[in-house]
Amino acid sequence: MGQALKDHKGRPVIVVTGIGVVTSLGEGRDDNWDALTSGKSGIRKITRFSTDGLRTQIAGLVDLGNSGPHVSTVHSLDMAMRSANEALEQSGIGSPGSFPGPLFLAVPPVDIDWSVRAEMYRKNPDSNLTGYPRMIEAAQTGDFTIVHDLFQFAAGGEYLAEKLGTRGMPVALSTACATGATAIQMGVEAILRGDTDAALCVATDGSTTEEMVVRFSLLSALTTQNDPPEKASKPFSKNRDGFVMAEGSATLVLETYESAKARGAKILGVVRGRGERADDFHRTRSKPDGSAIIGAINNVLSDSGLEPEEIDYINAHGTSTPENDKMEHFSLDAAFGECLQNIPISSNKSMIGHALIAAGAIEAVFSMMTIQTGVIPPTINWDIPDPTISLDVVPNVKRDKDVRTVLSNSFGFGGQNVCLVFSGEPA
Amino acid sequence: MESKPDEVWVTGIGLVSSIGEGLETHWRHLTTDTPPKPILDEESFAPYPVHPQAEIDVSSQIPKRGDQRQMGNWQQLGTYAAGLALADANLTQKSEYLQEMNLVVAAGAGRRDEEVDTAILEGLGQSNDPAAFLVESLSNELRPTLFLSQLTNLLAGNISIVHGVTGTSRTLMGEDPGGLAAMQTATRQIQSGQGDLFLVGGAYYASRADGILIWEAGNYLWDKPHVPVWSRTDEGGFIFGTAGTFLVLEARAHAEARGVKPYARIHSIEGDRCRREPGEATRIAKEQFDRMSRDIPKGPLAILSGASGVQPVTDEERGFLESLAERGYDPVYRGYGTQFGQSNEAHFLLGMALGALALSKGEFFTPFDSTGFEKDFTGNIQQMLLNFWGSWRGEGMALIDTPPDTATRGEG
Repeated sequence: MGQALKDHKGRPVIVVTGIGVVTSLGEGRDDNWDALTSGKSGIRKITRFSTDGLRTQIAGLVDLGNSGPHVSTVHSLDMAMRSANEALEQSGIGSPGSFPGPLFLAVPPVDIDWSVRAEMYRKNPDSNLTGYPRMIEAAQTGDFTIVHDLFQFAAGGEYLAEKLGTRGMPVALSTACATGATAIQMGVEAILRGDTDAALCVATDGSTTEEMVVRFSLLSALTTQNDPPEKASKPFSKNRDGFVMAEGSATLVLETYESAKARGAKILGVVRGRGERADDFHRTRSKPDGSAIIGAINNVLSDSGLEPEEIDYINAHGTSTPENDKMEHFSLDAAFGECLQNIPISSNKSMIGHALIAAGAIEAVFSMMTIQTGVIPPTINWDIPDPTISLDVVPNVKRDKDVRTVLSNSFGFGGQNVCLVFSGEPA
Repeated sequence: MESKPDEVWVTGIGLVSSIGEGLETHWRHLTTDTPPKPILDEESFAPYPVHPQAEIDVSSQIPKRGDQRQMGNWQQLGTYAAGLALADANLTQKSEYLQEMNLVVAAGAGRRDEEVDTAILEGLGQSNDPAAFLVESLSNELRPTLFLSQLTNLLAGNISIVHGVTGTSRTLMGEDPGGLAAMQTATRQIQSGQGDLFLVGGAYYASRADGILIWEAGNYLWDKPHVPVWSRTDEGGFIFGTAGTFLVLEARAHAEARGVKPYARIHSIEGDRCRREPGEATRIAKEQFDRMSRDIPKGPLAILSGASGVQPVTDEERGFLESLAERGYDPVYRGYGTQFGQSNEAHFLLGMALGALALSKGEFFTPFDSTGFEKDFTGNIQQMLLNFWGSWRGEGMALIDTPPDTATRGEG
C-alpha cells in the first residue's frame, strides 16, 4: 500500500486519475486540446432548429452524428457517457460497468421537448380536450411511458448509475452555471469524510433548444453579435455583450492519493482546495461590493493553504457578459491585490462558449491539461481591450508556462459562487 | 468549513402541507381523530385527487412583494417553510449565524405556464410552418420572470435572498430520492466535521398538471377516490401531495453553545438504488437495518414509512416492515403517504420532520388508516425508524432518536 499523503490540514490528498471531455470543438481530450491551444472557435450558426426571428442565432452545439429526432435529455446523456468512458479508460479504475464509488452528476433540469409534447397532442386527433388534459389523455393510453422514464429529474442519474455501475444512490446536482464545479466539490467531500475512496464526477449539458435560447435572451444574457459566430464570445473585451450558449460534457475520476498509488495509476493532478460563498443580493447579479465572490476566492485559498502569489494561472469563469467579467475582475483584484498583474488568466468560453451546467467540469479538465502540458489556452477575440479590466488575459495566442497551481472559477444565477484550486502531482 | 465531528441535532422545523402550517397544527391533526381525515382536492385534476396547499400568509415570511412576484408557487412554499424553520431554531435575522449557514435543497422545477403551452400546442397543429411558429410563439409569449420562477436552484437562491443564508448552497435533484440524498449529505457533513449548521429542505406544490402528465405517462398515479396507501390494489398508484419542509440541522456543540434544545438526534441515514426486481428493495432494506439494528433494542419499534401506494413495491415494503417481527421487534408503522400524499423532493424531509416531532412529544401518531395494518402504539418512544422507498427509485432508511441526558423541545 502507498503511504497516506495528507494535506496542510491533515486531510487525505485527493487526486484526479481520469478526465474526459466533449465540447463544440470535438470529442475527446486530444481533439479538444489541439483546437483549444490553436485558438479555434466551436461557435457556429444554429441549424438544429429554426432561429428565424431570434436575436441570437449562434451557439456552441455538439453534433454527435446521431440520426432520429433530437431529444435534449438523450443528447445530454449521450455526451455524458462519452466523456465518462474516456475518463474511466484513462483512469483504469474498477472494471467496465463497475465503478467503486458514487456518482455526482451535473445535469440540466429536465423538461419535455416540444416535439414530444406535440406528439402527445396529436395522439388522438378526435379528442375534444385541449391543453394539458389532452396530453394527459394521451398519457393514459400507455404509449408514452418513455415520457416518464426520460423526463423526470431522477432519470439521468439512474441511467448513468446503471450503465457505469457506480455505487449507491446517484446524486444529481443543480447549481446553475456552477454545477460542474459543485459536482467536483461533492465528490471531494464524500472522499474526505471517508464515505468512499473514489468518486465519479460527471457533468453534461445538451439543453440548447429553441425555448432555452428564448429564455436566456429574455434575461438579456446572450450576445446578439451573430456574424461571424466565431467572433461572438469575447471575454474581458470592451465590446462584449453576452455569452454564447453551448453544449458539452466532462468527467473527472477522483480518488485518494493513497488508493491511486496503490493501484499504480497515473496521477494527473490534485484537487487542492475548494471555496464557496452564496450571494444574497439578487437572482442574476452579484453583490456590487463583490463580497460573495471575494469570499469564495478567499475560502479556496485558505482551503488550499496557498497565498495569492502561489497561484500560477487562473481559468476564468469569463462568460463574456458585461456583468460577469466586470465582477470577476473586480473580485480577483480585491482578493489578490497587486500580484494579480503577474498571473495569466484566460477564458475557455471564448472558444467553446458557455456550456452552463457542464462548464465548471469542462474547465476543470482543461485546467488539469494545462498542468499536464505546461500550455495555457488563450482568450481569443481579444481585439478591443476593456480599459477598466487590467488583466493578463493570454490574448489570442496560447502561452507556454510551467503551471503548478490553477484557480478555476464558476459563478451561477441564484448566487452560486464556487472556486476550485488544482495542482500538479505531489513531489 | 471544517469543524469537529459531532452528533446531528434537529433544532428547527418548518412545515407546510395540505393539513396546515406549523408543528402543533400537524400534531393535533395526526393525534386526535383515528384515523385523521386527509385533506383532498378531488375536482381540479379529476380523476386524479391531489392534496392541495393549505392557505398561508406568504407575506409573513416573504415580506417584499417584489420577492414574491419573482417566485413560482413551489419556490414561495419552500422559501416560506425555510423561514418557519429558521424562526423555530431562533435564527431569524441572526446574520452572525446565517452568513455561515449551509443550504442543501432538494428541488425539481416550477410549474410551466399551462396557458402558454396550450396556445402553442393548439397553434402548432394549425400552422403550415410549425418550426417557425414555435420560435415566434415562444419569443412572444414567455416572460422574463418565468424562467427564474421555474429554475431549479432558484428555490435556494430565493432562500439566500429572503432569509440571508449565505454559506454553501447545494441543490440536489431527483424527486423523492433527491430529498433523501439532500438530508443524507447534510447529516454526513456534520457527522464528519465538514460543517456545523445546515438548512435542509424541499417543497412540492401538487396542484400542477405538468407533474400529473409525467407520472401518468408511466402509470404511477392513483386515479380513484382516496384510499390508504396499503389498500391500493392492482397496479396501485400515488396521489400527489403538497409539502414544504425545511429542517435546521446543527452539530450538538454548536446547538449547546447557542443554548437551543433539539427535537431529535439523527443517528444515521442510508440510501441505495436498484432496478426494483422483486425482492431487491427488501434485500437492500435488510442490509440497512442490519447496520442500524445494533443500536435498536428489541421490542416495540415506531416506524414511519414513505410508501407511495405504487404497486407491487408498496406491498413488498409492508412485507419487509412486518418481517421485522421475526427479528424480535414489534413493528408499529404509519404510512404517511395516506395523510400527505407523495410530495416528491419534500417527501423524505416530511418524514424526518414528522419523526422528529413525534420524538419531541415522546409519543407516536394515531393510526393513519383503518386497515388494521397500522396498530396502536402505547407508551413512550425514544427511537424512530424512517423507511423510505421512492415511488420509482431509491431505497433509504433513517434512524433518529432522542438524545440521552438532554432536554428536548417537547419537554418545555
